[in-house]
Amino acid sequence: MSQPTLPHTQAEIGRPRRRIVGVQKVTGQATYAAEYTPDDLLYGYVVNATITRGTITGIDERAAREIEGVVEIIHHLRRPKLGYFDMQYSDIDAPPGSPFRPFYDAEIQFAEQPIALVVAETFEAARYAASLVEVTYDKAPFDVDLHKNLDTARKPKKGIDSILKPMPPDDYGDFDGAYAAASATYEGEVYHRSQHHNPLEMHATITVYEADGKLTIYDKTQGTTNSQIYISGVFGMKMSDVRVIAPFVGGGFGSGLRPQYQLVMSVMAALHLQRNVCVQLDREQMYTFGHRPETLQRLRFGASADGKLTAVSHEAFAETSRFEDYHEAVVNHAGMLYPVENVHLEYKLVPLDRYSPLDMRAPGGLTGVLAVETVMDQLADQLGMDPLAFRLKNYTTTDVSSGKPYSSKELRACYEQAAERFGWDQRKPTGKHPQRGNRLVGHGMASGIWDAIMLPAKATARLTTEGKLLIQCALNDCGQGAYTVMSQIAADELGLPFEDVTFEYADSKLDASPVQGGSFTTGVVGSAVKAACFALKDKIFHLAQILDGFPLGDALLPDVTFTGGEIVLNADPSVRIPFTDIIAFNKGKALEVSKTNVPNPFKIKKYARNSHAASFVEVEVDAQLGVVYVTRAVTAVAAGRIMNPQTARSQILGGMVWGIGMALREETLLDRQLGKFMNTNLAEYHIPVHADIGELDVIFVEEKDEIINDLGVKGLGEVGTISMAPAIANAIFNATGKVMTQFPVKLGDL
Amino acid sequence: MSSPQEIKLTVNGKAERLSVRPWVSLLDTLRHHLHLNGTKKGCDHGQCGACTVICDGERILSCLTLGVMKDGSEITTIEGLGQPGNLHPLQEAFLEHDAYQCGYCTPGQICSGVALMKEGHANTREEVKELMSGNLCRCGANTNIIDAIMAVKDGAHE
Ligand code: FES
Ligand code: FES
Repeated sequence: MSQPTLPHTQAEIGRPRRRIVGVQKVTGQATYAAEYTPDDLLYGYVVNATITRGTITGIDERAAREIEGVVEIIHHLRRPKLGYFDMQYSDIDAPPGSPFRPFYDAEIQFAEQPIALVVAETFEAARYAASLVEVTYDKAPFDVDLHKNLDTARKPKKGIDSILKPMPPDDYGDFDGAYAAASATYEGEVYHRSQHHNPLEMHATITVYEADGKLTIYDKTQGTTNSQIYISGVFGMKMSDVRVIAPFVGGGFGSGLRPQYQLVMSVMAALHLQRNVCVQLDREQMYTFGHRPETLQRLRFGASADGKLTAVSHEAFAETSRFEDYHEAVVNHAGMLYPVENVHLEYKLVPLDRYSPLDMRAPGGLTGVLAVETVMDQLADQLGMDPLAFRLKNYTTTDVSSGKPYSSKELRACYEQAAERFGWDQRKPTGKHPQRGNRLVGHGMASGIWDAIMLPAKATARLTTEGKLLIQCALNDCGQGAYTVMSQIAADELGLPFEDVTFEYADSKLDASPVQGGSFTTGVVGSAVKAACFALKDKIFHLAQILDGFPLGDALLPDVTFTGGEIVLNADPSVRIPFTDIIAFNKGKALEVSKTNVPNPFKIKKYARNSHAASFVEVEVDAQLGVVYVTRAVTAVAAGRIMNPQTARSQILGGMVWGIGMALREETLLDRQLGKFMNTNLAEYHIPVHADIGELDVIFVEEKDEIINDLGVKGLGEVGTISMAPAIANAIFNATGKVMTQFPVKLGDL
Repeated sequence: MSSPQEIKLTVNGKAERLSVRPWVSLLDTLRHHLHLNGTKKGCDHGQCGACTVICDGERILSCLTLGVMKDGSEITTIEGLGQPGNLHPLQEAFLEHDAYQCGYCTPGQICSGVALMKEGHANTREEVKELMSGNLCRCGANTNIIDAIMAVKDGAHE
């Protein structure tokens, strides 16, 4: 609608914008869940079970109650009434099964299960008293060993989460025949242990018990609506009596996609005592709930002599709990990335006496593509082909596994631009890079793919009495930059300067929002914001049409431009109606529209919808010690329209750092005898630190997508992580000639 | 559990008299007693750096320090380094370089960075990376954080 002769508000979409909450974050004014200060706040500290399976036979509270300041001890024998049906414990991200019920009964189902909450006047008293609660148990045998129980592996039950995490397609073609006929074949396993999200802010909830018995809850969550639904279910409360607020979240990465147990406990204590209660987990307790599942993958790939991938078998075995079928899309990606005709896929779960796994950044995709892309390099090596040339030879614009064309796919541009920026032409065959001192050098690359998911979402747009714009949605943001991007979308749609847009968010009393995750927030909630703003525009225009004197004549909506807080007639730009005139005409009242955006299934169903990425990495490997350094990396991303290049770049940089974590650092070690995780702290669970990170570079390639949503946005949260980890493994192979099959790579592997 | 002790702290230039029990960390003294929640708790174990404050000119982990140990000390927290409208150059640089995502490690990174520059022994980018490595960032804003510190060190934000 832009007309060169019209005054034009600079387009916000595509413009690098500082975060609207930035100043609060750098000055310590941003308030996270545990930092609200209601009156007479009590502190709760969680007691965790010391056995892995069995029954609680007794709880001796005497020593704990001696401690000055202890107010109450809550557990399955002393608690408010809890829901009876599984459904009441369900949440938006719950997998099929029976969700864990904190403090429900005496049964212990997994190690470190929370079993009691000590509530005291101070944090220190609660913590100390929690250490004095004596619990006796009847122990039962347990099994937490994935490898030993592979024979019990079975297909996951299907649930609504299969929409987000599709089950693998049935086998197609003739894998056995094609594999037998292939000129180059590779057979191998890829394995990684469990990993934990470890957001830097530990999970915390403050529940404020209001005078009328309603609850205001400050929760660490990736979905205020989700926490609200969950609490109203568990405690049988009216949704309108439960308000969840979470404007600042110190990292999520999936850990807040489901309500965690500190939330229930804080609410339980508040209801029981009719007081305000803060419950914050400690770092060790951050390892007592969901995690990325330990997964073993078996792969057999075959290619023809001219470099065509002809046969793929990809099988995965992942842990789950005995009570829920948490599952991921692990094996689906080879057939989406490459046009292979003969495919065998299998994804199975091994139920164990552990807590249910939970989506963790790039769930499934990271696990599966790491395996696929490292195996691709092994085939390339056998064929004597350059890894990039091998991938280009197997390039496709159709998702062969579903038979659908991609709604858009600029992966080729990712390959080309990243290769050029990186200097891929300098790559030498395996083991042929000149050493730097005592360090071997290697170059590696890999592809990434992630689903671009569309869901319904609702938002409200209001033209305020000052003629400015207010946008509302319960959506919250863990640092991805959604608040800023939503404001940019709204500003453009209504033609207002960015400064004139206010976004009210992260409060469950606003329009319900899906959880924030899966890379879909901008596409899903952004589309709702855009739709609400468009509807508001329409409403404003209808009033403008009947203003005194009919200044717009018989002009229709396409005949005007909304810009700078005015409606401007395209045919005669001297005719301008300020929004404030519309408000005045509306008797000084604000105008408001709520709109639910529902994706058009007929339009999008015909296409495969994915974002893509390519990472190129240089590593140095200490020839004696085996230490791996990621010296530099370039990731190019094709994810549709980039709304805010500054925050988008940070998203991908963060993803690349997570790729380093996956490839080289992160694992939670399980003591199979005790059934417990051992390295449950940040000194022993390693995440990449500043010194681990070399030069990182990000490219966004141009990609137009008119199918996925009106914004043309696919999302960025996961895809940058996915390509990075295998690129590192492939660079290590290029440096050392050693194939990496266990992650993280350890000194002993080299 | 012994009884509360009277301590004096100068926090962000303001004299504070407090009565705290000996088992209260300096971190919780700041957060729970003074409601200075800008200083973050990421582990309470000395493993993440989120709780870094500047105490008598040096960066310390306030979770590994008891409040009573610092009787008489001068403490600067993120709230004292700069405020909206009156930002410290490193705070400004964090905005410019988008050196954060969730913001939870940010106060610790900034306090650590400010003290590091005063310490004067981090001269190269590699040294800054090494000496900032006690401050974890789970969001992976690492390169932007180091960029921001280098920009201020090199005088881009004076
Ligand atoms: S909270 Fe002090 S180092 Fe983590
Ligand atoms: S910005 Fe989130 S931990 Fe650093």
